[in-house]
Amino acid sequence: MNLSLFIIIPLVTAVAVMCCRGLRQARWISLAGSLGQLLLSFVLLFRFGQERAAGNSSRMLFEYRHSWFAAWHIDYHIGVDGISVAMILLTAVIVLAGVLVSWNKGPWSKEFFSLLLILALGAYGFFLSLDLFTMFFFLELSVIPKYLLIGIWGSGRKEYSAMKLALMLMSGSALVFIGLLGLYYGSGHSFDILQLAQVPISAGVQRTFFPCLFIGFGIFTALFPLHTWVPDGHSSAPTAASMFLAGISMKLGAYGCLRVATYLMPDAAREYAPIIIVLATIAIVYGAFATMMQKDLKYINAYSSVSHCGFILLGIGMLTRAAINGAVLQMISHGLMTALFFASIGMIYDRAHTRMVDRLGGLLKVMPFISTIFVIAGLCSLGLPGLSSFVAEITVFIGSWQHPGTMYRLATILACASIVITAVYILRASAQTVMGPVKDPQFSVLTDAAWYERLASILLVAGIVVIGVAPFWLNDLLKPGIDAFMVHAGQTGLLK
Amino acid sequence: MGIGLIAGLQQELAVVLIVIVLLFIKLGSDRYRTETILGLVNVLLGINLAAGLMMAPTQTVLFGGGFHTNELIILEKNIFNLGTLLISLQAYDWLKGHKLALEFYMLLLSTLAGLFFMISAGNLLMFYLGLEMSTIPLAALSNFDLEKRQSSEAAVKFIMSSAFSSALLLFGISLLYGATGTLDLGTLAASDDNLPLRMAGILGSTGAHALLVFAFVLLLSGFAFKISVVPFHLWTADVYEGSPVPVTAYLSVISKGAVFFAFIQVLYTTFRPLARDWYNMLVLLAVLTMLTGNLFALRQDKLKRLLAFSSIAQVGFILVGMTGSPTTANASVIYFILVYLFSNLGAFGVVAVVSAMTGKEGIDDYKGLYKTNPFLSWVMAISLFSLAGIPPTAGFFGKFFLLMSGAGRGNYVFISMAALNMVISLYYYLRVIKAIFMDANDHPIGRLKISLLPAIALMVCVAGVLLTGLLGWVYDYIYSLSANF
Repeated sequence: MNLSLFIIIPLVTAVAVMCCRGLRQARWISLAGSLGQLLLSFVLLFRFGQERAAGNSSRMLFEYRHSWFAAWHIDYHIGVDGISVAMILLTAVIVLAGVLVSWNKGPWSKEFFSLLLILALGAYGFFLSLDLFTMFFFLELSVIPKYLLIGIWGSGRKEYSAMKLALMLMSGSALVFIGLLGLYYGSGHSFDILQLAQVPISAGVQRTFFPCLFIGFGIFTALFPLHTWVPDGHSSAPTAASMFLAGISMKLGAYGCLRVATYLMPDAAREYAPIIIVLATIAIVYGAFATMMQKDLKYINAYSSVSHCGFILLGIGMLTRAAINGAVLQMISHGLMTALFFASIGMIYDRAHTRMVDRLGGLLKVMPFISTIFVIAGLCSLGLPGLSSFVAEITVFIGSWQHPGTMYRLATILACASIVITAVYILRASAQTVMGPVKDPQFSVLTDAAWYERLASILLVAGIVVIGVAPFWLNDLLKPGIDAFMVHAGQTGLLK
Repeated sequence: MGIGLIAGLQQELAVVLIVIVLLFIKLGSDRYRTETILGLVNVLLGINLAAGLMMAPTQTVLFGGGFHTNELIILEKNIFNLGTLLISLQAYDWLKGHKLALEFYMLLLSTLAGLFFMISAGNLLMFYLGLEMSTIPLAALSNFDLEKRQSSEAAVKFIMSSAFSSALLLFGISLLYGATGTLDLGTLAASDDNLPLRMAGILGSTGAHALLVFAFVLLLSGFAFKISVVPFHLWTADVYEGSPVPVTAYLSVISKGAVFFAFIQVLYTTFRPLARDWYNMLVLLAVLTMLTGNLFALRQDKLKRLLAFSSIAQVGFILVGMTGSPTTANASVIYFILVYLFSNLGAFGVVAVVSAMTGKEGIDDYKGLYKTNPFLSWVMAISLFSLAGIPPTAGFFGKFFLLMSGAGRGNYVFISMAALNMVISLYYYLRVIKAIFMDANDHPIGRLKISLLPAIALMVCVAGVLLTGLLGWVYDYIYSLSANF
């Protein structure tokens, strides 16, 4: 299967959107493109399963390599394992949902859609890359579209938030860049992930450059205390961009922490694990408490994303099999859940023109569908069994508990306890906005979700429920990738 | 000999020939139509570029080693031919109304010929001659907005600082000559190891070393002036701001790029034995240059001044690349200059069009530009992204390789400084983007009708910015030429 299609289709769609005229054409072309992409992702899933069933046990499937800069030994090198297939599916679902909720996005709709598609392109490329240069290229590719999307179509203090996001993410990229150079020169001049995994990387290099890579990618995934772009960026962004930012963009960082920093330098990861765990726990608890104080629905979801992404970093920091598995599950689950949350908030805001919890109320009576998905997203966020977050979080907790150290135990307990806080803010927010009498008489004329909004929501809810009810499908997909990861992490022991 | 002379000097002769043709037109008649002349010149420059590209790669040494050319140097000259053509196309709107368009081209092309001789120089005398041949017409060009006082001021500042830096260069060259008895770059390089020793007979080895370092510092200062390295950058912003836009573009891309080529040659041939001494100097200068350029650029209100400081910062990045190992340094610097040519000319091209038609040059004037002029806005945005080093533009690859080359020495603190500067620089580039795309404006620049020639130039720049990076063979080609450097 030709994986480059995942990069070509968004590119072609984006160019086509730029060439067309008017909102109508732009949205249909984007829909066609992202729908095609979703179908392609399912084809990939199917073919991937076939290959694995046929006994193909190579580390990566459908590899493709093309020499890009021979002088530096840089290749355009792509391939997938189960983790990347899952991430690609997640991206395809969220991008399609994002296109659908932006159905009436104006002005400058064609610019909007093509920037969204270029963002998607960056994410696909990132998840496919097996070469660090290619990966970095796609990582940085997605910074500027975010800036433009927030700055042009955003709300509130959009210029400030956009600039903050761009500068902080660029700083993250800069750190990643230094880490990459350190890896390159410290390991025999290669950027190839599979090749680097074979080479023993000296303890000094690991100690110096693991923090660069981990913090660099960590900025993308709201590593405390470098999470400050998240609340501003997410709340100022237009709905589709918030969905993308929280749903996929933060996962780019997590995926990078896992696949690049931790995978290639497991010894340093073990050495720095206590720091990672402390920071992740602070993010979880602090994020949850900060959420309690928020009045704006988007800020609520943004801060809760900080808290939830803390679980991912916690899982990665714990480095046990179950914890890593939980971290990957949480990446996908949080992606779907937060995208659904932002979508429903966006729908509410489009109609009521406010996102303030105290000004909303009784929405269930006026827009039952939107209110329902809002509540579903909320319940998923607090980890209701049967929905995806429960599966992901409990796996992280089980994995974390396996670590015998007192500090690790303490961190696990604190992280578990944060669920209670989550329940407080989620239930309070949904009670105040959705339940009760209609607060503002003007709300009573508001309409419920249109077909495109319903479609987007159903898509995301389906993902959440399927993972929540049948997590084994996803786990089977992820298993070989995580096993290989654990084998590699167990093999090397230079620092001991 | 005659044939060899012509073959080796082909590119220089072509440029001089155009100057002579223009001179005869000027002598022949006063009543020409400026548009016709502009068309003719651009066609001639296009032919010149094509001829240069088709030129057989030869390795020639002329004038007793004073002039040499090889495939790499031919490539460098082609890059500058391309740049000159682009600038000339962009200058169309401005020159159309100018009385002295012919003289503009005569001066511009003499400058180019001077730079060619400088790049090809085999000894320091030829190098100096070429440099001066380019500097004096450039000063006249800075003054080409004859009615503007600022333009004259720019010219005076430029000629003063150039004279000063030339004096420093000459002093350094004379010290070198006094110590070794030769000006030939090849001989100086060949005597790599025994050069200080030879002088040790007179001075003792420490003394010889000190003298050599002193000569180097003088030469370095001279170069630093020309390429506006901090702390020798003070003339840059004023001259850039005062000069006509095409001249500013020429100064920032072509004359600077050419001096970089010469600089890197001198650095890695003649002064290779001193690498331990100059490595730290370059690191310090690079950090200073990047920081100063970026910090000053943060608060500029005029686009030209912003681009002037940004170009200072870019010089700092080039210096980072120069600290690497010879081959990677050479390849990444030349590659970056090619990339920088496209990106900077794209940005200056938009400024040139807007300035020629409306006279507006402030960042605030660009507010809301996207509503009225989407094409110009995208050209500007893509060029600025390239300058900031954002993929998929070529600037990303250029910066990446410069820093990668610098990182080859293992000095990661230094590379971190460079990476930090990339983040700082993003801020002011995004300020311009914000003005163009996000800010509202009651009186935006009206819809501009772009003439054909500048439009072609802008499209070439955009294509260059988008393709030079993605097509990996461009870098590989330059690298292969630099391999035996």
